[in-house]
Amino acid sequence: MRYEEMGLTEGDFYSRNFQKGAREDTLILNLGPQHPATHGVLRVIVELDGEYVIRAEPVIGYLHRMHEKMAEVRSIYQYLPNMGRVDYGHALGWNWALVGAVEKLAGFEVPERAQYIRVITTELNRITSHLLWWGAFTLDLGAITPIMYAFDDRERMLDILQMATGSRLTHSSFRVGGVCADINDTFIEACKEFIPHMRGRLPMYRDLVTGNIILRKRLEGVGVFDADLCRRYGGSGPVVRGSGIAYDARKAEATPMYDRFDWKVAVQTGGDSMARYLVRMDEMEQSLNIIEQALASLPEGKVMMPKAPKVTWQVPKGEAYFATEGARGKVGIHLVSDGGKNPYKIKLRSPCFSNLSLFAEAARGTLLADALAILGSLDLVIPEIDR
Amino acid sequence: MSFIAPELLRIVVGMVAVMAFVALNVLVLVYAERKGAGHIQRRPGPYEVGPHGILQPLADAGKLMGKQLLMPKSADPILYWMAPILAFFPVLLLFVPMPFGPVLTVQDVNLGLLLILAFAGLNVLATLLAGWSQNNKFGLLGAARAVSQSVAYEIPLLLSVLCIAFQYGSLNLSTIVEAQGSWPWQWNFLCQPLAFLIFLVSAFAETNRAPFDLPEAESELTAGFHTEYSGMGFGLFFMAEYANMVVVSGVCSALFLGGWRGPFFDGVWWFLIKVYAILALIIWVRWTYPRVRFDQLLNINWKWLLPLATANLFATVFLIKLF
Amino acid sequence: MSALKKIFQPVTDLWSLVVGLQITGRNFAQRQVTVHYPRQEVPPEVNASYRGPIQLVANPRNAAKPKCTACNICVPACPSACITVVKAPPPPITPEQEKAFQEAEARGEEVERPAAPREPIIWINDFSLCSLCGVCVEACPTHCIEFSHDLYSVGTSRKDFKHDLLAPFPEALRPADYKPEEK
Repeated sequence: MRYEEMGLTEGDFYSRNFQKGAREDTLILNLGPQHPATHGVLRVIVELDGEYVIRAEPVIGYLHRMHEKMAEVRSIYQYLPNMGRVDYGHALGWNWALVGAVEKLAGFEVPERAQYIRVITTELNRITSHLLWWGAFTLDLGAITPIMYAFDDRERMLDILQMATGSRLTHSSFRVGGVCADINDTFIEACKEFIPHMRGRLPMYRDLVTGNIILRKRLEGVGVFDADLCRRYGGSGPVVRGSGIAYDARKAEATPMYDRFDWKVAVQTGGDSMARYLVRMDEMEQSLNIIEQALASLPEGKVMMPKAPKVTWQVPKGEAYFATEGARGKVGIHLVSDGGKNPYKIKLRSPCFSNLSLFAEAARGTLLADALAILGSLDLVIPEIDR
Repeated sequence: MSFIAPELLRIVVGMVAVMAFVALNVLVLVYAERKGAGHIQRRPGPYEVGPHGILQPLADAGKLMGKQLLMPKSADPILYWMAPILAFFPVLLLFVPMPFGPVLTVQDVNLGLLLILAFAGLNVLATLLAGWSQNNKFGLLGAARAVSQSVAYEIPLLLSVLCIAFQYGSLNLSTIVEAQGSWPWQWNFLCQPLAFLIFLVSAFAETNRAPFDLPEAESELTAGFHTEYSGMGFGLFFMAEYANMVVVSGVCSALFLGGWRGPFFDGVWWFLIKVYAILALIIWVRWTYPRVRFDQLLNINWKWLLPLATANLFATVFLIKLF
Repeated sequence: MSALKKIFQPVTDLWSLVVGLQITGRNFAQRQVTVHYPRQEVPPEVNASYRGPIQLVANPRNAAKPKCTACNICVPACPSACITVVKAPPPPITPEQEKAFQEAEARGEEVERPAAPREPIIWINDFSLCSLCGVCVEACPTHCIEFSHDLYSVGTSRKDFKHDLLAPFPEALRPADYKPEEK
C-alpha cells in the first residue's frame, strides 16, 4: 500500500527498496534469480551506467531450506544427510564439520583408518568441486568446451568416490565415530590409477584455458580484493588465499591428520580473479599430493569406534565448534546441546555467505562482464548461502 | 513470353536457387555445428533423429515453426516483427554477386563488393531494432553492443577488402577470382596475408560469432538482442546468423583463396570446399575460446586492426604505384 | 631484453590461441567418453557400489519371505518419515477357540494364545521423500534392509514412487484386502 502511495507500481520488495542513486540516467537491472551466470537462484540487482556497474546488491533467500531449523527437530544422526545437501559441491567438508563438532563435544576417539578415509574422500571431493567450478567459471566467461573436459575427469572421480561413499553428489558417508563403510582394494587401485591420470590432465587444462590470452585478459586485474577487504568481510578459502592471506582451516584449525602429510597452502598475492583461479588450480595438485600420501600410509584397523552412537543417541550437554576447510572456504559448525533428544541449536558457518559479501564491494565500477567474472571467481554455491 | 528479359529470368531463377542454397546450408551448418561441438567435447552430439542424428536440424526447424509467436506486452509491434524479417531477407541479396563458379553467378555486378558490404550493414539495423523494440533491458544492452561492434568492425573489414580492390582495380568479385591463378601460391592470401587475417577477425565480429558473440553473450545478457523472441522470430535470426557466416566465407574465399579457381579442375566445387573450410574454422574457434570483454573487443579493433589495416592499405597503394 | 620481450609478447599471446585450437582439435579426433544410454550402459562394477533405493533382505530360511521382523525401529529412525511398516495382526480366533481358551483360563491353566507372526504385512518406502541417507539400513537391528544397486529406477507417476518392498517376496503376508498390482 505504502509503495502505491509513493507512486511505485513496478517491481517487487527488493527492487523498490533498492535506493535510487543520485543520478537519473542509470539502468537498474535484475540479474537472476534465473540467470545463466548466477549458478542457481542468486539474484543480483545492479545499477548500470551503460555497461558499468555503479552498485550491485545480492539478494538471497531464494533457496532457503531451513537446515539450521531442521537440526533442532531431529537427532544428530538423522541430521547427517542434511550436510550432503548444504553444499552439493563439497558435501564431505560439511560432513566432517558436523561429525567433528559432535566428536569434539562428546570426546570420542575416532579410529585412525577412519580419519585417513575421511582425508582421502574429502580431498577427492575437493577436486571434484574445483573441477565443477572450473567448468562453470569458464562457461561464465563464454568458453563452452572446458566444462565437458572437466566433467570427463569429474565423472571418473565420482566413480571412485561412489565406491567409498555410495553416492555421486550428496555424499553423506561420515558417521559420528568413523565412516559408514571401509574402503576396499578396488578403491585404492582406482585412486592410484587416477592420480597420474589427473596429473596428466592438468597441463591440458593449463594450455587450453589458463594460458589462453583471452581468458587471461578477462581475469587479470579484475576484481582485486585486498587482504584488508577480505578480513573485514570474513572471507575464507581460495578467495582470501588469492589475496595473499595464507589462511587454510586445515592448518589453522588443525583438522585431524592433515599435519601428517606434506602439503602446501596454495597462496597467490595478486588478489584478482586470476589469482583466485590459480589458487584453485594449485589446490587440485595439492589435494592429489595429500591423497597419494594418505593412500601410501593408510593404517589397518576398524573404521568405526567401538560402541559408536546409534540413531537415538543423544548429544551430551555442552557447546562445541569445529571448523575445517571446504572447497569454498572455512566451513564451521557450532553445536549447542542441552542434552536432549535433539541438538538445541546448530549454527552453520558457510564460507559462501561471507564471500558473497565481498562481491558487492568489488563489483562497484566494473563492467557488467567483469562483475559476472568476479561472481564466478567466488565459486558460490547458492544453497550454502541460504542454508 | 518474349517481353520477359532474360536477365530478369536469370535473377528470379537465381534468387530461388539462392533461397534453396541458404536454407540447405542453414540445415547443414546447424548439424555440423552441433556435431562438431559434440566431437570436440568428446560426446556424440545429436544422435537420435535419423541415422547419426542427421535429421536433427529438420526436427529443430519443425519445432521452431510449431512454436507460438509471443510478443511482450510493452513491445513495439511493428518494429518487433520487422526486425527478424529485416535480419534474414537482405542476406539473400548478398548472394547475388557471389561467384559460385565460372558462370554460376546470379548476376555479375560490377560493384558486387560494394553491394555486399552495403546490404550487410542492414544486419546491424535489424539487431538494433530487435533489441530496442522488445523493451527488455538485456535486449537493449545487446543491441547497444551489437551496433558499436558492427560499426567498428566494418571499417577494418572494408579496408582489408579495399586492398584487394586496389590491387585488381575492380569491385567485381568474378573479375577478382578470375585474376587469381589456379594454384594456392597464386592466391591473394599469400600476397596480402595481413589483409586476410584482418578480414577473418572482422568477419568473426561482423557475424557475431564467438569469441566476439557479445550481442548475445549468454552468460551475461541471457540471450542478448533476441531475448524475447520465440518460434520463427528467433528462427529467422538464427538463420540470418548462419547465412551471414556463409556470405563472409564466400567473400573470403573469393577475395583471398581464389574462389572457384583451384588445382586441376576449376569449378564450383573448389568454391564450396573453401567456403566449408572457413566455416569449419569458424565453428572450431567458437568451441575453443572464451568470450572477450566488450571494451577489449573495441580495443582490438581501434588499437590493432584499424591501424594495421590502414598501414596495409597504404603499403598496397604505394607498391601498386611503385610497380 | 625487456623491450624485446615486450615486442614479442603479442606473438606469444596469439600463439596461445593456436595452442587452444590444437587441444580442441586433438580432442575432436579422440574417441568419445560418454555412454550412449539406451544403447550402452555403465559397466556393472560402477553399479555395484551405488546405493540405490532400499530393499528388504530375504529370510535365510525361506527366500520367499522377508527377513524383516516388523520391529518398527526404522520408521522413527528415518529423517524424512518415508517408511510405513505395519506388523501382521495375530491370527483370527474362532469363537470355539475363544471359548476353549476361556474355559481353560477358568480352570486356572496357562493359556497360550496364538501370537502375532513377527512379519510385516505392509512395507512401503515413499521414494519421493527418501534421500538415500541409509539411516534405516544402519538402524535395523536384524540387518534386513539393504541398498539396491538399481541405477535405472524411473517412474511416470507419483504412485510409482511408493515402493512396495514386499513385492519381491511371493510368500510374504499381506493384508486381507490386498490385491496384487497388475503390471
